[in-house]
Amino acid sequence: ACKCGRSFTSPRLLPPTRISPRTRSDVDEGLQPDAPPGAMLARRTVGLVSRGGPPLTPRSPPGRSVQRMMAEKVLTVDTMNSCVKKVEYAVRGPIVLRAVQIEKELKEGVQKPFSEVIKANIGDAHAMGQQPITFFRQVLAMCSYPELLDDDRFPEDAKGRARRILQGCGGQSIGAYSASQGIECVRQDVARYVERRDGGVPSDPDNIYLTTGASDGIVTMLKLLVAGEGRSRTGVMISIPQYPLYSAALAELGAVQVNYFLNEERCWSLDVSELRRALADARRHCNPRALCIINPGNPTGQVQSRQCIEDVIRFAAKERLFLMADEVYQDNVYAEGCEFHSFKKVLFEMGPEFSSTVELASFHSTSKCYMGECGFRGGYMEVVNMDPEVKAQLTKLVSVRLCPPVPGQALMDLVVNPPQPGEPSYSTFIRERKATLSSLAERARLTEQILNTVPGIACNPVQGAMYSFPRVTLPARAIREAEERGQAPDMFYCMKLLEETGICLVPGSGFGQRDGTFHFRMTILPPTDKLKILLSKVKDFHQRFIQQYS
Amino acid sequence: MSVLRAISPDLSRIRLVDQDCLSKRAAQIREALLQGLERPFKHLIDISLGDAHRGGLQPITFVRQVISACLYPSLLDSGRLPTDVKSRARNLLKQCEGESVGSYTATCGLPKIQHSLSEFISRRDRGVPSSPENIFITSGSQQALMLVLRLFVHGKGSLQTGIMTPVPSSPLFNMALSSLGGAVVPYHLCEEEGWTLRLDEMRRALATARRHCNPMGLYVINPGNPVGQVQSQKSIEDVIRFAAEEKLFLLADEVYQDSVHDPTAEFVSYKRVLHEMGPPYSNTVELASFNSASKGFMGECGLRGGYVEFVNLDSAVMGHIYTLFSTEACTAVMGQIALDIMANPPRSGDASYTAFFEEVQNRRNTLNNNAKRVQETLNSLDGMSCQPIRGGIYAFPQLHLPARAVAKAEEAGVAPDLLYCMLLLEEMGLCVGPGSEHLQRKDTHHLRLCIATPEDTLQEVLERLSTFHLHFMRLFSG
Repeated sequence: ACKCGRSFTSPRLLPPTRISPRTRSDVDEGLQPDAPPGAMLARRTVGLVSRGGPPLTPRSPPGRSVQRMMAEKVLTVDTMNSCVKKVEYAVRGPIVLRAVQIEKELKEGVQKPFSEVIKANIGDAHAMGQQPITFFRQVLAMCSYPELLDDDRFPEDAKGRARRILQGCGGQSIGAYSASQGIECVRQDVARYVERRDGGVPSDPDNIYLTTGASDGIVTMLKLLVAGEGRSRTGVMISIPQYPLYSAALAELGAVQVNYFLNEERCWSLDVSELRRALADARRHCNPRALCIINPGNPTGQVQSRQCIEDVIRFAAKERLFLMADEVYQDNVYAEGCEFHSFKKVLFEMGPEFSSTVELASFHSTSKCYMGECGFRGGYMEVVNMDPEVKAQLTKLVSVRLCPPVPGQALMDLVVNPPQPGEPSYSTFIRERKATLSSLAERARLTEQILNTVPGIACNPVQGAMYSFPRVTLPARAIREAEERGQAPDMFYCMKLLEETGICLVPGSGFGQRDGTFHFRMTILPPTDKLKILLSKVKDFHQRFIQQYS
Repeated sequence: MSVLRAISPDLSRIRLVDQDCLSKRAAQIREALLQGLERPFKHLIDISLGDAHRGGLQPITFVRQVISACLYPSLLDSGRLPTDVKSRARNLLKQCEGESVGSYTATCGLPKIQHSLSEFISRRDRGVPSSPENIFITSGSQQALMLVLRLFVHGKGSLQTGIMTPVPSSPLFNMALSSLGGAVVPYHLCEEEGWTLRLDEMRRALATARRHCNPMGLYVINPGNPVGQVQSQKSIEDVIRFAAEEKLFLLADEVYQDSVHDPTAEFVSYKRVLHEMGPPYSNTVELASFNSASKGFMGECGLRGGYVEFVNLDSAVMGHIYTLFSTEACTAVMGQIALDIMANPPRSGDASYTAFFEEVQNRRNTLNNNAKRVQETLNSLDGMSCQPIRGGIYAFPQLHLPARAVAKAEEAGVAPDLLYCMLLLEEMGLCVGPGSEHLQRKDTHHLRLCIATPEDTLQEVLERLSTFHLHFMRLFSG
């Protein structure tokens, strides 16, 4: 039967009444030009409030009304959706715009104390020179141009994957729309991957939604969660520091952001007592319904212990919170003794009391880990224990954006179904993956080490993900000067760093931090040699900065 | 009870799409055929979506060669690809950070491609200037439309943002608008006059709407979807004047600009007309114009490449658009590359020029022939009438159903044209879209067929449809 709420009967019969009647919406009513307008108005609580716009005279002479029109635009900061005004996004904020400008100036021959801009602001591995996985690109090239399927340069396993993906595409072309939820065979492969990863915990392809990067999935889930007004308005718990996608989406949706602070002194760990405090505070003015976790952490690089995940799940179960687990860095774990545990796996290991009730959405992407393929915008989310009616709404909601880019879906498929032992591409694949991950681990160590040699900079171990988030102690004079300029002190610091060294970082204020503390986020992605230079430049700059403002 | 049970009323207001149910049923039938179940037809034809590749049209070779070389740059060293493909791929890779299509691009897209698009627009508009900074490359035109709607839509009750939208409409646009909490303000196209826009109808619709919401925008689709009208320059001028007088922001969906079949019609962009009208219009009327690599000769829906060009927007608003858009990181690079090729195709003298030109010309001929043939065949059937298909990639014929068929549908609780589509799917293995999906004037019934298919596919579509139609009419008449 059709899963969207209606069923079709067996062939060659007229559909009987099982097919529910069309729900009549406002839209339908608006369609009947002959219907008395009162019918529509009567249903609205706000009655005949007259509108401030121009009177509805039949066709006023263009001259005058056009003059009036010229005075003001339709869409201004005052008339637009006011929630949009609150949206901020530091990762691509003013500092990045300035970096782009500086690059342009350098090209035009403007003299600077540096020869290139180093963008350590964004988790973009390929931009920093990381090479793609050969197998992935071979398969994608054949999917794009299937005539290459007869080319000897490509190994058989790559050809097999390409054929399988093309089979799943409409008209066997990656240029056809896929189902909104994603290509069926890709969703099956994702489900099998999740099962393998989680030691056999079952995964249903129907619960997998392919997305345009992880962001698409996260924003879609938040849209579903946000409802109510005033004290019943949805609150969403997010960590501080957080990845600003969350705060931006919550601002746009007009939801209440409920902050819980990670414990910097204990390596950015998550304390359930802090969750409790934040929740109790929030319940006084909103309706907290969801708890977002980023593990491994962005920007903070911590990796949650299994025990901690269990505690969080217990908390969510007790307080009836929907869990959103952002797990896009699941392969990026470097510190000894740390291991990635998915929320889903832990949930199922805790037994049916939890595994059959706690609602969870977990997110993954092709942009991070060892592949770093940000430009494809591939990703998926898995929903667990979601109410079937809500799931139907979710399916509708994703259909509004048609489908995620098909090459990204194809790439997601390869990530979850990479070469297997015995296949011709296996050893190359393993070698490439290992080289990237072990080099990242080395860079994580190096970053922590060097930053901690600088007086006034304190950096927690980068246990996972792709960033360091060190704390910087800024002199009072620098803070004052920043405030005079109306800038956050760490923005002032990062802007100065950019102007003097060409290094582009994101200030901690863009992620949120405890009052009176200052940080920056720096990726560990530049190649080791370059990273060393970058770190020593940061060191020199910091010392100069301190001297200048003491 | 589930934590998630109480979802936003805006979302639950999104209508269930009949099309989804039809598509799912179509998939089931396809599966059944694969398993060897007996049906009165050998294979299923699905032309319910505007999806050229799914319909069987082939991608343009040059596009796919360039993309494959960008994906796997080792191909640049082989003799496998033509020289202009290689040089295009090299240039594009140079634009990408780390020379990889796997890196993020700037929020609005690769600057070089924004540039190509602005030149393309200027050429198209006979020299009307276009600035790359006003172009945002998006994940298909639908994302661009959503972006603009997110800026607009707010308010409740009489302050709720309304957008005037054509009927028959694009269901996706209406779904997007409703899901954001906006009001659909329908204005009807005049079917008898070949689906033209009529100002008196637009005024009526606006006046009615102003009693209960705050109409801020006017959405037009030219060439039309699902109806194949192509607006004349005069008609566009009228619409622009109307928008200026009534203070409406114009959203011009021009994704079918490449598909005009009627030799007497011509695509003229809203931007060009606006420019040619001169001040005060040209420097005040706010316009967002949308285009895409999914339609036209490219038909690359799956790559998700589209763009919006903004005209006369408030600069502070532009800043907010940028921030809003930047939260989505960037548009998939393959989609951006497709746009680059659309904007800047091979030129005379390039190695691929002849082949490219031929493929594009074949594609256009196919569409033109299909448009003509569909129109002729459908109009020859009793109980069906089809307005001229001047542009776009759909036919939207009206069904004149016998009263008994309508009664039967009502009894079953479905729209009469959905009933028709369901039976057509079951009996003939042909999946087309019901007009009810697109809203339509009360008591009229239509079908939507995508005509972007190979000619022999279309031939078979028309044979199946004609046979079924006769059968259906006979079954329910008298």
